[in-house]
Amino acid sequence: MSEQTGTWWIWRVFWILLFVTAVEVILGIIKPAVLIDNKLLGTTLLNLIFIILTIIKAAYIVMEFMHLGHEVKGLKWTILLPAIVLIPYLVFILLVEGHYIFGVL
Amino acid sequence: MAEITTNEKQAWTGGDKPFAASYGKLMMWFFLVSDALTFSGFLCAYGFMRFKYADVWPVAEDVFTHFPFLHGDHPLLFVALMTFILIMSSVTMVLAVNEGHKNNKNKVILWMGLTIIGGVAFLGSQAWEWGHFIHGDRGGIELSNHDIVHVVDADAHFYSIYDLVGVDSYADEVNISIDDVKQALLSDTQYGIRLTDKSVVSGDAAMAYLNNAEVVLGANLIRNEYGHQLFANFFYFITGFHGFHVFSGVVILIVIFINVIKGTYERRGHYEMVEKVGLYWHFVDLVWVFVFTFFYLV
Repeated sequence: MSEQTGTWWIWRVFWILLFVTAVEVILGIIKPAVLIDNKLLGTTLLNLIFIILTIIKAAYIVMEFMHLGHEVKGLKWTILLPAIVLIPYLVFILLVEGHYIFGVL
Repeated sequence: MAEITTNEKQAWTGGDKPFAASYGKLMMWFFLVSDALTFSGFLCAYGFMRFKYADVWPVAEDVFTHFPFLHGDHPLLFVALMTFILIMSSVTMVLAVNEGHKNNKNKVILWMGLTIIGGVAFLGSQAWEWGHFIHGDRGGIELSNHDIVHVVDADAHFYSIYDLVGVDSYADEVNISIDDVKQALLSDTQYGIRLTDKSVVSGDAAMAYLNNAEVVLGANLIRNEYGHQLFANFFYFITGFHGFHVFSGVVILIVIFINVIKGTYERRGHYEMVEKVGLYWHFVDLVWVFVFTFFYLV
């Protein structure tokens, strides 16, 4: 658990979060046609980019701001594993089921 | 070997810290894991309904288009500002925790104070957003089959029902009947209604759809001018639950802030309480990152 010194790392994370949010908003406003017309995994490329950027932001908040990246390994995985296993599983069943009901309604 | 014996002794007498984190921080983490799963449950339920009603679900950028003191359509801009406010308050929170490690009381007061201001600013923005959503934007029409449709102009862009019948949407008493809308649509056939399959009908063809239809102004838990009712219900529930977290966060921050000023943590020798409320505060920011993506972007 090495303590980071100074505040430069805080501002670094801030600029990353701000930059990623700005990219999201700009993409959301201009909506490039190439990213909407091309699909992957049942959704548009644009939506996939949004989701990936969101996960990047979430990772920076949890690992740096909440300091989880600098805690001992056991604590880190105790917190992360339930979320990493359960949430994608829930997303998977509910979205597949929702899509199915849309098809049969 | 000697070291292990001491550790074992400490563990048996309760003096050991599992995961090298204090009891309070550990419990805050466990609470946050359960809260994260709660929010995932809500957002996944939202995703389920959105997939189920994929064809009639409103597009967020047609719903959230306004910015205070600016005219015209500015989709995403206001939520971007709200996101910025919350990220900024997260940064001031880390700075407060950072100064807490150095037992620097005055700096902790400064950064925590700014964090509270950020939290209040976010709550104010959310109140504005809710107020706007409740009041409604352009108005909608509920057909007899409960589809929500909208008035559009010649270019198939959404057009305000208020402008169509010539009523100020912020007048003391707004009452627009479906007959007013029918009349206006018949007298000026450049305006039409956009059906849920995105086709536009105008003039006499539109009248066929408007039998027993009703004008819907604004959104609440029973009527929603923007589209499918569940969109409004999930909006109120999820952003409301998040807003409630922000509100509790601000209250807890204020309590800790007062303790910092009184010197409670200075006497205790460490500012761990600031760290714990910091964890909670970052979590609120974390949830917003996901709400922002799944309600406004995707």
